[in-house]
Amino acid sequence: MKCRRFGGKGEEDMGALSKLSQWRTLAREAAERTAILAKFLCILHVTNTYICTPTLVYGPSMLPTFNLTGDVLLVENLTVRMGKVRPGDVVLVRSPENPRKTVSKRILGMEGDRVTFMIDPKNSNRCQSVVIPKGHVWIQGDNIYASHDSRNFGPVPYGLIQGKVFFRVWPLNGFGSLRQ
Amino acid sequence: MGTRNFLWDFGKKCFTFGLIGLTISDRYASIAHVQGLSMYPTFNPNARTFMGSLTDDYVLLEKFCLEKYKFSHGDVIAFRSPNNHREKQIKRIIALPGDWITAPHSYDALRIPEGHCWVEGDNSASSLDSRSFGPVPLGLACGRATHIVWPPQRIGEVERRIPHDRISFG
Repeated sequence: MKCRRFGGKGEEDMGALSKLSQWRTLAREAAERTAILAKFLCILHVTNTYICTPTLVYGPSMLPTFNLTGDVLLVENLTVRMGKVRPGDVVLVRSPENPRKTVSKRILGMEGDRVTFMIDPKNSNRCQSVVIPKGHVWIQGDNIYASHDSRNFGPVPYGLIQGKVFFRVWPLNGFGSLRQ
Repeated sequence: MGTRNFLWDFGKKCFTFGLIGLTISDRYASIAHVQGLSMYPTFNPNARTFMGSLTDDYVLLEKFCLEKYKFSHGDVIAFRSPNNHREKQIKRIIALPGDWITAPHSYDALRIPEGHCWVEGDNSASSLDSRSFGPVPLGLACGRATHIVWPPQRIGEVERRIPHDRISFG
């Protein structure tokens, strides 16, 4: 009788110990999985911010280059960071009127250039000419009749440029790098 | 063989920590070195002495404000200079979109356009700020200075200060 009672108590201790070790292995596995997830998110962030990221653009201001309903584009940040953006590039710019909005436009002039543009092409043919100050660029949509750009809010600082568009992924009939 | 493995592991660990540090400093908080006297006496009050450059202030910049671009009057922010995108400046926000601000010693009043802010250094005598380059787009901001973290005797919060005499809130 006594032996059986002692045996029972020993079994309960063994049960508690194995449960503890099970929890420890579970906790260690969870920590490892979380570390892998954190590393993946960091790599994703660094790639999106410093190298290349896909983005969806929509709206009428860049017709006929981009569709009205939406295009998926690849945007790279290396050219912008090195300061090698040139007139004729299509870029993503943080809007100077609403910093939470990012717009896509084409660069028509760099600092020091003189830009001539039509103020209101729907109603008149009047042109105006502006010299772009230091550190700024002139952005304009390809569709000058339906685009809110530097003709409205003036030259924008270079620091607002987020990336340069170099490749179209969707729609598939426009797949490929963008031409001038 | 053992040295190659060791070097490879060490390189991998450095790379991982570098990536994690870069992500944290971009999204959450980072430390910035304040140079110059444009924010005297809030930052660098000792820079006039010979040893001053060794005790320049380092501040903690928090990036949570960049989610919604929600700033308050009197915040000290770091932003890319509108005239040179490679430079970053630290100044105080005096006016937000919709406010009217008067230029000092004049009767002109200027309305801050949407999406812009008016920044000024605390040391008006030697500060290149919105009084020379105009309102700054909020999209150029890259962090808000909340605490001074170096030198140790100046550790503390950065206070908000608003000059009420020159601004009328919109």
